[in-house]
Amino acid sequence: MNAIDFLRKDKFSLAGVVILVFFGCLGLAGPLIAPYDPWYVNRDKEGNPLFLTTPDSTHLLGTDNMGRDILSELLHGARTVLIVGFLTAFIVVFIGANFGLLAGYYGGRIDSILMRITDVVYSIPFTPFIIVLVALLRPSILYVVLALSLLMWRAPARVIRSQVLGLSKRPFIKAAKVSGASDLRIVYLHIAPNIMPLVLLYLATNVAWAITAEAGISFLGLGDPGLVSWGRMLHLCYMVGAIRVAWWWLWPPGICIILVTVAIYLISHAFEEIANPRLRKR
Amino acid sequence: MHQDQPLLAIKNLKKWYAVRFGLSSLLRPSEHTYIRAVDDVSLDLNRGEIVGLVGESGSGKTTLGEVVVRLQRPTSGMVLLNGTDVSAIRKDRLRRYYRDVQMIFQDPYETLNPRFTTAGTLDEPLKIHFNLSDTDRRERIDSTLRVVGLDPPDMFVDKYPHEMSGGQRQRVAIARAIILNPSFIVADEPTSMLDVSIRASILNLLKSFKQNYGVSILYISHDLSTVSYLCSRLAVMYLGKILEAGSTDKVLQDPVHPYTKALISAIPIADPNVKRERVSVKGDIPDALHIPLGCRFWPRCSKAEEVCRKEEPGLEELQDARTVACHFAV
Amino acid sequence: MLLEITGLRTYYRIGRDCCRAVDNVSMNISKAENLGLIGESGCGKTTLAKSILRLLPRNAEIVGGSIRFLGTELVDMDEEDIRRIRWGQISLIPQSSMNALNPVHRVGDQVVEAIKIHQRMAKNEAKRRVEDLFGLVGLEKNRMRDYPHQLSGGMKQRVLIAMALALEPSLIIADEPTTALDVITQDQILEELTRLQLKFHNSIMYVTHDISVVAERCHKVAIMYAGKLMEYGSVSDVFTKPLHPYAIGLRNSFPSLRSKSLISIPGSPPSLLSNEKACRFRQRCPLSLDICSEREPTMIEARSKHFVACHRCNETEILTSLEHDREVWQTIKGF
Repeated sequence: MNAIDFLRKDKFSLAGVVILVFFGCLGLAGPLIAPYDPWYVNRDKEGNPLFLTTPDSTHLLGTDNMGRDILSELLHGARTVLIVGFLTAFIVVFIGANFGLLAGYYGGRIDSILMRITDVVYSIPFTPFIIVLVALLRPSILYVVLALSLLMWRAPARVIRSQVLGLSKRPFIKAAKVSGASDLRIVYLHIAPNIMPLVLLYLATNVAWAITAEAGISFLGLGDPGLVSWGRMLHLCYMVGAIRVAWWWLWPPGICIILVTVAIYLISHAFEEIANPRLRKR
Repeated sequence: MHQDQPLLAIKNLKKWYAVRFGLSSLLRPSEHTYIRAVDDVSLDLNRGEIVGLVGESGSGKTTLGEVVVRLQRPTSGMVLLNGTDVSAIRKDRLRRYYRDVQMIFQDPYETLNPRFTTAGTLDEPLKIHFNLSDTDRRERIDSTLRVVGLDPPDMFVDKYPHEMSGGQRQRVAIARAIILNPSFIVADEPTSMLDVSIRASILNLLKSFKQNYGVSILYISHDLSTVSYLCSRLAVMYLGKILEAGSTDKVLQDPVHPYTKALISAIPIADPNVKRERVSVKGDIPDALHIPLGCRFWPRCSKAEEVCRKEEPGLEELQDARTVACHFAV
Repeated sequence: MLLEITGLRTYYRIGRDCCRAVDNVSMNISKAENLGLIGESGCGKTTLAKSILRLLPRNAEIVGGSIRFLGTELVDMDEEDIRRIRWGQISLIPQSSMNALNPVHRVGDQVVEAIKIHQRMAKNEAKRRVEDLFGLVGLEKNRMRDYPHQLSGGMKQRVLIAMALALEPSLIIADEPTTALDVITQDQILEELTRLQLKFHNSIMYVTHDISVVAERCHKVAIMYAGKLMEYGSVSDVFTKPLHPYAIGLRNSFPSLRSKSLISIPGSPPSLLSNEKACRFRQRCPLSLDICSEREPTMIEARSKHFVACHRCNETEILTSLEHDREVWQTIKGF
């Protein structure tokens, strides 16, 4: 049974997917439906800036300490978050899957080399690395994506490698060799389709993970200052000391981040069952 | 290419796997223990012949089949197909080899890629070897499916393996093996995991390949009954060596080696009115790391004597093209 | 009568469908008698064996019929009582026995465990029992301390036989006891079972697809197909003069050292999900007529103590022609 059938049956993972898809749509359409420019300082009829106003009919989620509309910030932030999420996830899975496929299939020296590299990457602690990298380079969104994806491919690499190790021994792969297929053909045409469920799940979980990681980086002040993001909203809210006062500023981005994290866990639940056929009901 | 040259000639083939045991390999780095899966095997197969390779678990028969098909490389010895040394073929020339030689595997539930439809599975060898148009490929797939009994082909081309029964899957695997018109097929226990009523049809199918297309088959099995049905000649393997070889009918009627006698006598008979005479054998097959010195069968042999413990008997030729590896073969 | 199965029905619930794994099956086993339950994969024989011991999975249920063991009804017995019968009176050598042993425990301990679960016994006494059992099945006593991976296939099978004999049951159900074993080991194991039978006077139900094992070791045979019983009688009657087309087809297609021709039965077994009132074998049967699609044949005593479920079982001349005529099998209309 393939991934789609599975998701249809398991309500938890379905909910996770729905949440991610919702935020995906928000990311795409967000800036188009945002009522205000997120950088614009909103003023009242007398021209006074609307600092930290509570939610009302003109500003559904209120304004921040500079008078910027929170709802618009949220919607624009969704797009940043989406870009970071998908780009990171794609890079992570691309590197990880290829490492895993080649190491698992070829074995021997190629496996050793690839896995030693993976081991080295495993030994690098995540947060300090991010901090150092972003501190050395300009804080820009591309570097954030780079920082996130340079380390995270290590886990999919290992897991996919072990899957591929098992797959390579199976008779249908031997049959592919006897049909005359070249090694690369076997890896990408015969083995890769069999790890797709795992790859898709790593993609989904990494999107969600990257989003929360980006929020963390931005909260630490290492994010791109020129882009709106949920983490940056939290960062500012904290820095100006409004965290105890402006619930309308704190909660929306916080809840969005939480929802996305919950989505990870819901999908990971499915991840285990798809990856381990014995857990599936045959 | 000589006409009277055997199609396949296996000469003194050995396939040994090195096994290293943890700490001891650090202390004595040069001491490897080997699993001697195939230990000096010689066998010929002529054009249009079905030869049976019989053995129980640990006999090395599957390993031998894989070496012949170049899934593994020999440790020493040669495999000659039409006079060409198979293990010397370079990787880029290997594709050509696979147009002549194919393999059928044992487990029908593992032999097909679960992500490929029947059409996808059968397209692969065609795409790899030939430059045919889509319609030509489809035609070839259809006619091959008909040959293996999956008729009408339209009912099966778009099915995934999990939508088919074990027998149907094995037929697709056989179709994959014959779609390139090979001259030689290695069949590794193709029926042992199938239901009894399907087994017969697969065996008849293999028989028809030999009769109608002149395909030669190396038929590997532990089941002497299927071997006796299909094969004109057979070889009995035990712990990596051939102990007896000859014409199927004669070996079954008049086995010489004690192991062959024991094997034949152990087969239950589906007729309640016939009593069989059991030749008793002691103990179990030793594991591949502890092959007995001397004749490898001596610990279980009722006729074993001093010479059997010391010297390993070579394959001697008796009359009627029978070869036996036993000190008391005469 | 040791075991009397009458009209047993065991159904599986798969989603909204109902799989009739065992559909109105009856058979008996007497003391010190062996019954061979023959059938191919999916015919319901393993489900039948599990029904007797109530080892069915959660989605399976005995929906009808009776299983009487020494006169006591087993079907409606509660869990406590069944547990006492299980192993003490009826034991099982499971299928795929290679995997039936726990890889992280010593084999001796596992047999001791099995004994203690089903009977109150001091550990030392149980250990001594296991020592005796190992000796009985031809294993050396020091093997008790081995882990499963240290034993060969044949030895593992012997451990399972020891486990099955531990409480000296009157009936042992051997579910495919010889698949995955080498020919010589298979023969040794079966000889072992027969020898132990002479000592313990137990009955054995061999559940298998291997008709030659049944021919050699059993007194009675029951042939199942797609959940239903097709033929039932003594081994000599059924094997010498089979009456059901499926039985004949099975015999024709079974390779033996002497067979010069093999005739296969075309097609494959039907799905167990359908509930049509028709003969389940009709689509693969060379003798099928219209009546076979309209009415299910009932089990009748065609000859003395030889039962068969076929509308045409009395047409002996036609049946003899089925025996070796390849053409008859190859021109079946179902295809």
